[in-house]
Amino acid sequence: MAKTKARPKARAEGELSWKDIEIGCIITEPGSGSQFKTGDWRSRRPVIDFNQCNKCTLCYYYCPEGCIAKTPEGYFEADLFYCKGCGICAEECPKDAITMVEEEK
Amino acid sequence: MAKRVGLEVSIAVGDAVKLANADVVAAYPITPQTHIVEHLAELVANGELQASYIPVESEHSAMSACAGASAVGARTFTATASQGLELMHEVLYIASAMRLPIVMTVANRALSAPISIWCDHSDAMAVRDTGWIQVFVENGQETVDNVICAFRIGEDKRVLLPVMIHLDGFSLTHVIEPIMLPERAEVDKFLPPYNHPLTLDPEKPVTMGAFGPPFIYTEVKWAQEVNLEAAKKVILECWQEFGKAFGRYYSPVESYHSEGAKVLLLTMGSLSETAMVAVDKMRGEGKDVGLLKLRLWRPFPFAELRQAVRDAEVLIVLDRAISFGGPGGPVCSEIKAALYHEAKKPKVIGFVGGLGGRDISMSGFEKMMNQGVEIAQTGSEREFEIFGVRE
Repeated sequence: MAKTKARPKARAEGELSWKDIEIGCIITEPGSGSQFKTGDWRSRRPVIDFNQCNKCTLCYYYCPEGCIAKTPEGYFEADLFYCKGCGICAEECPKDAITMVEEEK
Repeated sequence: MAKRVGLEVSIAVGDAVKLANADVVAAYPITPQTHIVEHLAELVANGELQASYIPVESEHSAMSACAGASAVGARTFTATASQGLELMHEVLYIASAMRLPIVMTVANRALSAPISIWCDHSDAMAVRDTGWIQVFVENGQETVDNVICAFRIGEDKRVLLPVMIHLDGFSLTHVIEPIMLPERAEVDKFLPPYNHPLTLDPEKPVTMGAFGPPFIYTEVKWAQEVNLEAAKKVILECWQEFGKAFGRYYSPVESYHSEGAKVLLLTMGSLSETAMVAVDKMRGEGKDVGLLKLRLWRPFPFAELRQAVRDAEVLIVLDRAISFGGPGGPVCSEIKAALYHEAKKPKVIGFVGGLGGRDISMSGFEKMMNQGVEIAQTGSEREFEIFGVRE
């Protein structure tokens, strides 16, 4: 999408000018989508209660975005840069440790 | 040296594609384009053209196959007409946005209903905004020359856009004309090999036609617009180089006795030939008339058009298509828009005629020009005039 040489790391939306666009908006860098915030139309976000969590990993495997990662303590957390708030993790959690909370602002 | 040969224009188009050494032809036959693709199928079958001929099941597939072929770096050609062009409509936008320099001849034909196999420009006008470079030709020689130029223009690294050559169905496609067919060596010299900087290549993988969220779409579309506008410079350059190499020069707005004429007629396509004869006759009778022929349709030649009509008092524009419920003809309404801010401009009178193969004769053009001058003086309640309709 952006010209390869343009930059090494994520640019927030709104930073790319039309001159930065590669010919035909062709993507020359595999996985470059990870540079772009895709979690911006979420209306609810998952909040995980570590007191309930038994580290079963189901949320990690069910997340369709692959945006749930392990914390240093072995719990799981969603990366809100990508999380779209689908709620599948909360639905699948056998311990009901995940609550979907309205995004208010 | 090039030879002057008597050829059906469709056959000459096939021969021009052969001279351009196309790698892939994907097409679906539709009247009046059939002879072009039949001839190409023959050339490939006989081994005279080393190319893949993909006989697809529809025009939608034809353009899709062309997009794929062009994306891997193959020089790609197709041809269609009318309903076929409409069926490939959505893929046309993809070809231009993905910057794939496919060359396509459109054998202009009316749109259904009622079914008409005959010429007008309603098919061309319906694809006006697809982002392709679009050129109208008026005879067989211009067709051959512009097919060769189309590959060079489209594949230029400053351009990388698909090119449509519009030639009138039957009145050009099925007519035998004397044509100077260039030699292979001459074309090889004029047309460098196609070398797209970003192709589908497993050694250097890329993704084409990916998702474009709201934060990027506007930038992508503006880049596309800037690119198409900038293509004009390359088009002019190519026509100049073609002229030097082959002795035939082309320009975006061509003029015939238009310099200083008070009344101008503007036409596109093969009817321009008849219009020239009408202009000759009227000038012989002392009338101050001239003719403009709009060759380059996209990108629209604003500067050249403004320059060409500067001294005229009346400009009569013939459209071979209707914009239903709108301002009449797409060409006329664009010309009016192009002249709107000019301090000195002619009165623009729009005619729609020549629909569905209805011929306009020399006396028809005389009548149209006289009527146009009269309307310019008296005014009209209509947005446009329909030419030759029976009351």
